[in-house]
Amino acid sequence: MKQSLTLGKVTKFIGLGFFSTLKDLFTGKLEKEDFKNFLRKTVVPLVSILLFIGLWQMGAKSLYNIEAEFKIEKALNDQGPEAADALRDCMVSGDPSCQPNTLPSPSQVWGSYKSLLRDHNIISADKAAFIEKTAALNEKRVADGKDAITYTGRPSFVDQIFRSLKTVFAGFLLALFIAVPLGIFIGLSPTLKSSFNWFIQIFKPVSPVVWYLLVFMIVKTLLIDSNEDSSFTISFISVGLCSMWATLVNTAMGVSSVDKDFINVAKVLKLGNFQKIFKVVLPSSLPLIFTGLKITLSVAWMVLIAIELLAQSPGLGLFVWEEFQNGANDSNAKIIVAMFVIGIIGFLLDRLMLTIQNWVSFDKTGAI
Amino acid sequence: MAYLELNNIYKTYGQGDNETEVLSNINLSIEEGEFVAIVGFTGSGKTTLVNLINGLLEPTKGEVLFKGEPVQGTSHERGVIFQNYSLLPWLTVGQNVYMAVKEAFPKKSKRELNTIVANYVEMVSLTPAINKRPKELSGGMRQRVAVARALAMKPEMIIMDEPLGALDALTRGNLQDEILNIWGKDKRTALLITNDVDEGIYMADRIIPLRPGPNATLGPEFKIDIERPRDKTEMNDNANFKETRNAIIEYLMDIGDERKSEAKEEFILPDLSPKDFVNQFK
Repeated sequence: MKQSLTLGKVTKFIGLGFFSTLKDLFTGKLEKEDFKNFLRKTVVPLVSILLFIGLWQMGAKSLYNIEAEFKIEKALNDQGPEAADALRDCMVSGDPSCQPNTLPSPSQVWGSYKSLLRDHNIISADKAAFIEKTAALNEKRVADGKDAITYTGRPSFVDQIFRSLKTVFAGFLLALFIAVPLGIFIGLSPTLKSSFNWFIQIFKPVSPVVWYLLVFMIVKTLLIDSNEDSSFTISFISVGLCSMWATLVNTAMGVSSVDKDFINVAKVLKLGNFQKIFKVVLPSSLPLIFTGLKITLSVAWMVLIAIELLAQSPGLGLFVWEEFQNGANDSNAKIIVAMFVIGIIGFLLDRLMLTIQNWVSFDKTGAI
Repeated sequence: MAYLELNNIYKTYGQGDNETEVLSNINLSIEEGEFVAIVGFTGSGKTTLVNLINGLLEPTKGEVLFKGEPVQGTSHERGVIFQNYSLLPWLTVGQNVYMAVKEAFPKKSKRELNTIVANYVEMVSLTPAINKRPKELSGGMRQRVAVARALAMKPEMIIMDEPLGALDALTRGNLQDEILNIWGKDKRTALLITNDVDEGIYMADRIIPLRPGPNATLGPEFKIDIERPRDKTEMNDNANFKETRNAIIEYLMDIGDERKSEAKEEFILPDLSPKDFVNQFK
């Protein structure tokens, strides 16, 4: 039996099944019975998104009014009616310099999103021009054994996103390389399990901020001779240590709870220890290990923002913090843009892990 | 000296007050090339007995001798077919068999091993499904894979723990014939554990009922003197078959009744009468 790869199967596999419903609507393949399903899966989410934006608009409007009244009142009391009138006119005219500082409206956020993209285009063009200009010089410098000149300008918002992704993947890999092997050992040996249990129970609930401080204490001393900026190292190690617990616990559980039938098979076939671990124990605990890794990646992404902020390591966390400190009139809107970007990337990372998990897992019910 | 010998086997689970004796005073000897069936109720300790023989469990008292040597752990000489197939779901049919063959013949080349795998998969007529995973197969096909896996290791003795228990009657009949065919080719010693008296009589040379546990022990043995190859329809008219079948079933039924009457005596309900709720609320 040949299985064809349809859009429906692919989108369902990566957990975005509503796309195929949407496609059916436009190609007219939607049956009457499916209509209810379509309403529930596509129309209802769309309506709720619109409702959300509407509520947000209304909320932002009323917060704006409260803040504006307060400012005008203050101007009236401090500087007299003329100043108050001038301020009111300034606000109505839309001049950014006198706008009240509060929750931005959806349209302001959209505007900031576009301005961040424009900013990114300008910076990329700038960077490309710089690279072109220094290409010949750099070639000569490298030939002479000197370091090439690199672009040191301000990073754009998109650059920050990629730096954050780099940090989160470095942290995730660290978690993977610590937690999976350790989890396997703990799962295999009851002695190790009881010797590590207190450690896991105590360190698992520790806050990311405290992890950051701990890593900072250690890495600062270890890298005392280095002139390199250690903020990236510190932040990815902190992210890894914060997020590895789910994988550690899940791996240990998966390895220690392998189906007794499989263990009996391994015994009857007289598999060696190495074979037993790699051919029986690990494949059978893969689903649980991947569940752990999925949680680890989403936790890593969640704590990353706080840690970048503390570590002053470039990325979305630092972007949010700098915008907050900056206090420019569009800073609040940029923070909200960053919030959505963080949320959407987190969602996509989760789907990515789900797809890999579906790929490597077997149907457990098929065994028995 | 018998090929496989069980001398005064006792097996208990748990410790102290929770200790329950599952098997007691089991004595059994099987000759080389013999096909022996053990029949019993579910939960009577059959699987425990099998695991003692294949080496997954150790007896609390007594000894299991295989070719005169005490059994210590599992061995490739004793192939096991499990009740629930126990195939590894992440491997294909071929890989499941290959894994076993590779362990049994570590010195053979990859090509030789693959030939062995292909032969045994062919023997259970699953060649078209060699690259499928267990979940894509029916129950009967899965059990065939388990049979191929056990036999491909060329064990000297085959131990089957209710191998056909979960299958429908038709598949069951076919697989019984297949197993008998394979067994008939090189007459390996075989031990079949089953809950089906007819299956035991059809397949075995000797059939022994297991008195149910706790304290399960083997009952009197019955020799089956029906010539091979046996035919199911003819067998139904065979006087010897009927006699044996009735004798075994009667024996098992008697034990069942005994158990029931014992159970009646065991649970004495306290002498209580219900409270008079109606009057209480008046």
